[in-house]
Amino acid sequence: MEIWMKRLFWAGGGLFFAIGIFGWFDRLSNGHINAHYGSVITWGLWVAAYIFFIGLSAGSFLISSLVYVFGVKRFESIGRIALFQALITLTLALLAIWVDLGHMSRAFNVFAFPNFKSAMAWMIWLYTAYFVLLAVEMWFLLRRDLAAGAQGTGFRAKFYKVLSFGTKNISDESVTRDRKVVKVLATIGVPVAIMFHGGVGALFGVVAARPGWNSGLFPILFLLSALASGGAMLMLVLAIFQGGWHRNSEAIVSLGRMVLGLLILDVIFQASEWLVAGYGNVPGHVEGLKLIFSGPYWWVFWVWQLLLGTAIPIVILASKKGRSPLWAAAAGLLIAMGFIGVRLNIVIPALATEEVRGLTDAVSNKRISTDYFPSLMEWAVTLGIVGLGLLMFGLGEYLLPDAADGDYPLSNSPEEVSHVPA
Amino acid sequence: MSVSDDLGCTTALDEPPDAVHVPAPRRRDSEGKVDLDRRQFLDRLLTMGATGLAAALGGGYVLGSTVGPVFAEDSDTSTKQKYRYGMVIDTRRCVGCKACMAACKTENKTPPGVYYTVVVEDTRNSDVDRPLFMTKPCFHCEHPPCTKVCPVSATFKREQDGIVVVDYDRCIGCRYCITACPYGARYFDFGDNYDITAPDGAWADVPSPEYNQFRVRAEDESPIGNVRKCTFCLHLQDAEGKYSKEEGRWPACAKTCTGHAIHFGDFMDPESEVSRLLVERQAVRLKEELGTEPNVYYLL
Repeated sequence: MEIWMKRLFWAGGGLFFAIGIFGWFDRLSNGHINAHYGSVITWGLWVAAYIFFIGLSAGSFLISSLVYVFGVKRFESIGRIALFQALITLTLALLAIWVDLGHMSRAFNVFAFPNFKSAMAWMIWLYTAYFVLLAVEMWFLLRRDLAAGAQGTGFRAKFYKVLSFGTKNISDESVTRDRKVVKVLATIGVPVAIMFHGGVGALFGVVAARPGWNSGLFPILFLLSALASGGAMLMLVLAIFQGGWHRNSEAIVSLGRMVLGLLILDVIFQASEWLVAGYGNVPGHVEGLKLIFSGPYWWVFWVWQLLLGTAIPIVILASKKGRSPLWAAAAGLLIAMGFIGVRLNIVIPALATEEVRGLTDAVSNKRISTDYFPSLMEWAVTLGIVGLGLLMFGLGEYLLPDAADGDYPLSNSPEEVSHVPA
Repeated sequence: MSVSDDLGCTTALDEPPDAVHVPAPRRRDSEGKVDLDRRQFLDRLLTMGATGLAAALGGGYVLGSTVGPVFAEDSDTSTKQKYRYGMVIDTRRCVGCKACMAACKTENKTPPGVYYTVVVEDTRNSDVDRPLFMTKPCFHCEHPPCTKVCPVSATFKREQDGIVVVDYDRCIGCRYCITACPYGARYFDFGDNYDITAPDGAWADVPSPEYNQFRVRAEDESPIGNVRKCTFCLHLQDAEGKYSKEEGRWPACAKTCTGHAIHFGDFMDPESEVSRLLVERQAVRLKEELGTEPNVYYLL
């Protein structure tokens, strides 16, 4: 356990969360007044954060299903934490998109007044199903350990008693049964995750008015990005949690190889999209691409996304350094962070073009503009969401049963259900 | 029988109305059916009691607005399109005075950042001595891409007259429709105010006649946090859904246009000014390649 990593982690979580309180206070009391997106670039940082988090969630869920559906032994020890990451990042994604709504209290209208022709509506229904499925699967994974922990005394036992919903069976048979339930849930979850995250891509892909989005590649690209970013984030998480990089070295290195392949595939897909569009040189289509490559935020693409998020981690993972868990985890961090740039470059440049020439000059208003940089409030809200995620991760590890001793340590007696000291 | 009389060149047209190039009834069927599906679904939902939940969530407003006079019609008219309102805008008569923008703002009391019409100037051919101005309201497309994407069916094309509306009490403010509109006709109400319309301003208590709902602007209340758009000033329609130029019940931009560039009317009526202009002149629509079929035409 790397104590400095843990300290850094808790400090970051606390700081971001505190900053977030100011952002959320401003957002909830003043509405959207202090946001910098407008009616031209109408989706900004929060939507980018949303697709980033939801990608992490879908990616880590699909990786956890390698264990629970396909029985991949190599990742057995990381199944639980992958699922936990999927649950946390999904929560963060939903917060990010919820705060973006003009009327947050009406979010449930999507169930009361469904529109079956809306890609967004389908996406929301699917991720609601996915959320429920994740939570239930997580509970069945933890059930035995919760039941075991509940038999002790003290605060933790009481907490487990609540979480275990009264189940007391800690027999091996019950674990086998749980395992079967988990397999069924995870098997249902795989197509659901593919559909809902493909749906996130489709939400953008179907918008014919935005040539930068309107591509059949989008749903597939989103799935690839999800797997690559989710896997990369998991590498980082494994280096910090559940014994850290000493104990998880094998899993981190194996994940690194998988993520390397996925990342290269993702780059090929993106390059294909850019090259085809660029060759066609249709003004509406390349306008957004020009903004990505040479607009005011060119560095997001060239430095953040390509150099830090793609080139350097590919070199690390493909070289001998990739066999060192710490280096591999660092590459994971870079890849995951790089995908924030990818997400920003998906959402914003496609919106940052005038749909009718002269529109932004016709009126002088900051909301009718192709310039966008997130406001302090937007940053603070987003940091708050990140901070909440870090804290939930930390608390989860502190409070929930640790599975790093091998998933389902059948031989463990209740008091051996260990907790990694913070 | 006179067309473009404001041009000073009165033309008698004796051709049969069939010759009018207006794709009206042909288009209606598909779209009408599509809207019907939504309505049927809502009806089914009503019986399922899901609206009880909706009413609880929306504090009654949501349900109220779905059966309000603006958005719903009597059953005998709901399946029949009576009018297809649209505009023919003559760019040769537009002087770029932006009176339409001012009139629209005054009529609908739109806040800063919300413009139901804007006058754009095409500066591409700056060598040409005549600049090209174009006022751009919502085109109320026959196949609106904006309504299809709405996750809560809060925005839709009215069956009786083809006007694309937003149900402020249902809209969640996700702004997906803004991204889906190819013409930049939709605007999000961020809650910004002009000094005069701000809570202490002289105009603060003056309601907006929009949708005949007469809402007084208040913090956290719709239409703040909603997407807003041109309604062809539908609050000026009579009970039959008719406008009247003589009585002044006419979209504010068209009524005020100093150069008489904005012609408004019903494309279903082959005798209407707009229908006849389409016969007489060469008209274009924007981004035809997207298949949206705007109901606003431009004369060049």
